[in-house]
Amino acid sequence: MSRRTRSRPPVAVAILAAVAVVFFAVPVVGLLQRAPWSELVGDLSDPVVRDALRLSLVCSLGATALAFVLGLPLAWVLARTELPGRRFVRALVLLPMVLPPVVGGVALLLAFGRRGLVGQYLDDWFGVRLPFTTWGAILAEAFVAMPFFVIVVEAGIRSLDRRYEEAAATLGARGFTTFRRVVLPLIAPSLVAGAALTWARALGEFGATILFAGNLQGKTQTMPLAIFVQLQTNLGGAIALSLVLLAVSIVVLVSLRDRWFPA
Amino acid sequence: MSLEATIGVRLGALTLDVGLDAQPGETVVLIGPNGAGKTTLLRVLAGLLPLDSGRIAVDGHVLDDPVRGAWTPADRRPIGFVFQDQALFPHLSALENVAFGLRARGVRRQDARRRARAWLERVDMAEHAAARPRALSGGQAQRVALARALVPEPRVLLLDEPLSALDASTRVDTRRELRRHLEAHDGVRVVVTHDPVDAMTLGDRVIVLETGRVVQAGPLAELRERPRSRYVADLVGVNLYRGAADGERIRLRGEGELVAAGHARGEVFAVVHPRAVALHRHEPEGTPRNVLPGTVEHLDVEGDRVRVIVAGAVPVTAEVTPAAVAELELTAGAAVWASIKATEVSVYPA
Repeated sequence: MSRRTRSRPPVAVAILAAVAVVFFAVPVVGLLQRAPWSELVGDLSDPVVRDALRLSLVCSLGATALAFVLGLPLAWVLARTELPGRRFVRALVLLPMVLPPVVGGVALLLAFGRRGLVGQYLDDWFGVRLPFTTWGAILAEAFVAMPFFVIVVEAGIRSLDRRYEEAAATLGARGFTTFRRVVLPLIAPSLVAGAALTWARALGEFGATILFAGNLQGKTQTMPLAIFVQLQTNLGGAIALSLVLLAVSIVVLVSLRDRWFPA
Repeated sequence: MSLEATIGVRLGALTLDVGLDAQPGETVVLIGPNGAGKTTLLRVLAGLLPLDSGRIAVDGHVLDDPVRGAWTPADRRPIGFVFQDQALFPHLSALENVAFGLRARGVRRQDARRRARAWLERVDMAEHAAARPRALSGGQAQRVALARALVPEPRVLLLDEPLSALDASTRVDTRRELRRHLEAHDGVRVVVTHDPVDAMTLGDRVIVLETGRVVQAGPLAELRERPRSRYVADLVGVNLYRGAADGERIRLRGEGELVAAGHARGEVFAVVHPRAVALHRHEPEGTPRNVLPGTVEHLDVEGDRVRVIVAGAVPVTAEVTPAAVAELELTAGAAVWASIKATEVSVYPA
């Protein structure tokens, strides 16, 4: 048994490590233990809860789609061109990953709000108002979650052997044909992983959404927002929504395990 | 219809300065040591790398000319490329790999597949049409890569070390097949290799590249008879000496001298084929005009021949039979005398 031949940790280290494990495990156990399993279906069919479920699905998928449409070209540019200021652009893209989401919400409001840097023109010229709309919620989630997509996909493109693209070129394939028929299929695993992470992050988004899009049931109140509100009035509903998000997290974790947690 | 190229490229430490012309139906072999710029040359021809100076034209159409601002990107050049290690698309079947060049040029799917299948049959790969590259052996992948490059009917076909990824057993067969397919292609063929056997089998004409420059070019037989550099001499397996001739005597650079039949003056090369070198354990007497003392450095068995490398004031390589090795008890470190008849020393101006 190889396990026995491994060195044993010192007692103090083992105790602290065990405390850490308990620290991670207890909240999950607490949630599961308090779950009103018999009333779960009823709790989930509450109108507020159902609105939140639907809206979360729409917004998180919308944000993921936005990440795909804008993030894929950006990832390609970062990975395959010698753009001046590329390092600066990458830092800018990474910023939302470390920025407190609440600050992101304030920044979005100042940029795209009705009196914002860009928002005033959107309103004046096109009559488009983003704050406190479902589009605003999608935008807030994309702002926070898209960096995951860009980073994962950029790494995927970067690790792709360039000779495949060169071979495609010598066979007469123009840039877009090469991208569609060679690059995209070969980076498919990165696209899936990036999209899954982005989606999971968007689904849990709270701070930026509530600041930029507000907390309007059926319009901008996604699951995390609904949990926050329901906790005070309808604990069962809050727990039911929490269980849904927990289940989603576990599914994403398991489906990406080979990529992120190789044994 | 031809390839005309004058190539000037600076890439890191490498400066490539090469002229290359070829006619349809001709196979030109580029040979040279690692880092000579062979692959870079192919990449420039294919349009994967731009020229810094010079000009590339195929059938009179200028593809790259930095002075006049002409540039045709890789995907619009009538040039096929077989990459070292093939670079087959791993996500596509053998058939889809071969059909790729037709699909990229707008041929309809059914039509492209039909023509790709015909090519797979030509290279004896029809039964592997559905296989992914991962499932193919080196020789099979090589054939698919060749078919993939040939399907769009390029005017110029470039092959980068087409046989280097193969093991010795499949190499001989694949080389013969490759020669057959190259001869069937009616455009220009340019093959890069570092193996003289490939050069001999595949090429009509050999260009020897060293550090970005052509050091010698011509039919292989000419290279063998009159090598002009140490690399070429090693490549074709002959002894090459350089020195100053005065009549029949040649004072070698470094030490020693050789006697040749005939008369020459000035700086010359002298070539001695290893088969013309006889070895003795005692100083020979009699007719040979050149007797070179030395010690055996090592022995290379090559088929039914043994090459004996002798170190001495004038180093020499001899080719003898295994029986002679046994009879003379030749081992590394043994003292020997190498004798060469004057008539076996061929001399030409440096």
